[in-house]
Amino acid sequence: MARTLSMKDAINEALDQEMSRDPTVIMMGEDIVGGAGADGEDDAWGGVLGVSKGLFAKYPNQMIDTPLSESAYVGAAVGAATCGLRPVAELMFIDFLGVCFDQIFNQAAKFRYMFGGKAETPVVIRAMCGGGFRAAAQHSQMLTPIVTHVPGLKVVCPSNAYDTKGLLTQAIRDNDPVIFLEHKNLYASECDVPEEPYAIPFGEANVVREGGDVTIVTYGLMVQYSLEAADMLKKEGIEVEVVDLRTLSPIDMDTVIESVEETGRLVCVDEASPRCSIATDVSACVARDAFKSLKAPIEMVTPPHSPVPFSPALEDLYIPSPDQIAAAVRKTMEA
Amino acid sequence: MSNPFPLDKGKLLHAYRQMKTIREFEERLHVDFGRGDIPGFVHLYAGEEASGVGIMMHLEDHDRIASTHRGHGHCIAKGVDVKGMMAEIYGKSTGSCAGKGGSMHIADLSKGMMGANGILGAGAPLICGAALAAQKLGHDGVGITFFGDGASNQGTVLESMNLAAIWNLPVLFVVENNGYAEATSVDYAVASDSFVDRAAGFGMPGITVDGTDFFAVYEAAGEIIKRAREGAGPTLLECKMIRFFGHFEGDAQTYRAPGENTENRKNRDCLKIFRTKVTEAGVLSEKELNTIDDEVMILIDEAVEEAQAAPLPTLEDLTKDVYVSY
Repeated sequence: MARTLSMKDAINEALDQEMSRDPTVIMMGEDIVGGAGADGEDDAWGGVLGVSKGLFAKYPNQMIDTPLSESAYVGAAVGAATCGLRPVAELMFIDFLGVCFDQIFNQAAKFRYMFGGKAETPVVIRAMCGGGFRAAAQHSQMLTPIVTHVPGLKVVCPSNAYDTKGLLTQAIRDNDPVIFLEHKNLYASECDVPEEPYAIPFGEANVVREGGDVTIVTYGLMVQYSLEAADMLKKEGIEVEVVDLRTLSPIDMDTVIESVEETGRLVCVDEASPRCSIATDVSACVARDAFKSLKAPIEMVTPPHSPVPFSPALEDLYIPSPDQIAAAVRKTMEA
Repeated sequence: MSNPFPLDKGKLLHAYRQMKTIREFEERLHVDFGRGDIPGFVHLYAGEEASGVGIMMHLEDHDRIASTHRGHGHCIAKGVDVKGMMAEIYGKSTGSCAGKGGSMHIADLSKGMMGANGILGAGAPLICGAALAAQKLGHDGVGITFFGDGASNQGTVLESMNLAAIWNLPVLFVVENNGYAEATSVDYAVASDSFVDRAAGFGMPGITVDGTDFFAVYEAAGEIIKRAREGAGPTLLECKMIRFFGHFEGDAQTYRAPGENTENRKNRDCLKIFRTKVTEAGVLSEKELNTIDDEVMILIDEAVEEAQAAPLPTLEDLTKDVYVSY
């Protein structure tokens, strides 16, 4: 039965259902329970924003609070994944990737290949990503291109609560290492989410809005901004198709190419930094594989090549806006 | 004559065979690498055999180890197939890892060998995970992470010691202290006088043993591993040992004192020390040990011949096994 659920609650429900289904699913992270060793309440936090609240009471042996030691516990999650558990490690913010990246890109990502196909590492690294929280340069990044670059990792970045539940369920059941990125400014966004467990396969983009004039390819929070832009443009008579990639590795370029072959125009919208990004990757593939379909140069809408600023005045200028997206679409129409 | 050792004759012969196999494997690689037969680079374990074998004699397949860049000895001692290892180092498709890992990434998870590792100190978090899995899955498996005096300074090792201590994990942290982090002396690079003091800082017991003495390693490791299986938590074991070769093959070792290698080979060779002890006690005979020597030489010769004759991986293998599914 579908009911309205926030993305935050959809994450909680996926974790709940998977831990219930499979006792080898464990969750590890900093204050995912909260209050460990202290005299106050158990489950004091349930995660820094309360995402895992309530799970400790149901699964006390599967919820493990860790010290502030990202290399050690992310590495332990990776090691445990090769030894019969299916850990979900929560890296509070993807910005902390720098602390523990070796365990992710040199260890988890490479085991299967380096060991001649004999290893499986079913680990999920969950982390919040993205800006708009006034959280400044070290708590607001996307970093999606960095993890997408690494062979052996799968990368997910959903745009709504329904996809989040299905993709997180798939991530936990998947036998490869998965980086699961949750945009913190989507946690409160709600949509219909079925109560029963379901998995959404990786590598299948979602055409969230159909339109014949211009294709927007994007993911995460920028899907919502692109839909806002599409509403504005409809009033001007421009029909925009919005492709939500949902997973960045694997990436569904077939859906992108099909759409561009119909519209002949492409705008890539990416909240990550502009160099070597998802936007440049998609642009390059389309330029190679659908060049003859293009009626206009490809446009990219991204932040500037700068760290994420703190001041709300600056951060609002940094994050791509629906207005900027709409302007890029108009530009392709004028070409 | 009665046997004064804590192992019966069969186990003593097995221990010697393992140590000798490692020694000849490494001596042969030294020669073949120098001749240019082997791609990449190799880090040899010769001189350190008593540590790996003395510890691994206590382990079963469900016990996990995480090794280092200097991993050949750990692999052999943990039961990884010697011929598969040699083929791997030669980059052949018949190798332990289908030629995709090479010397620094040999692994055999079915034997509890979670991989040699090109990243110093990276095995410590992984082995905490293996030990956590044993704890959660309710079996008595232990995790052993090996690291050198050099990698002992990595944050991953120190963080993992803390993690293992607070979670009371069945982990053995083995510092294989051969005196050199690559070309830098332990006296320069390690702040504390003793690794046992570092263990104390995490509230865990620590023991230092003479890593050239198989029996010292065997007895200390046996006690520690038994305690870990019984739920007593992690321990640090420092094995003071000798690296016969350089950091990697091709290392001119000009940082060593004059005559150091000759002196080490003469007086601190763990195989010679073992032989002397067991023959003087009259438990094993020179003839029995020489027979093992001959058999090991044949095994290594065969391993090299088969590795050289084995097929190379092909284009089809290049992108295989990046993912389970993609």
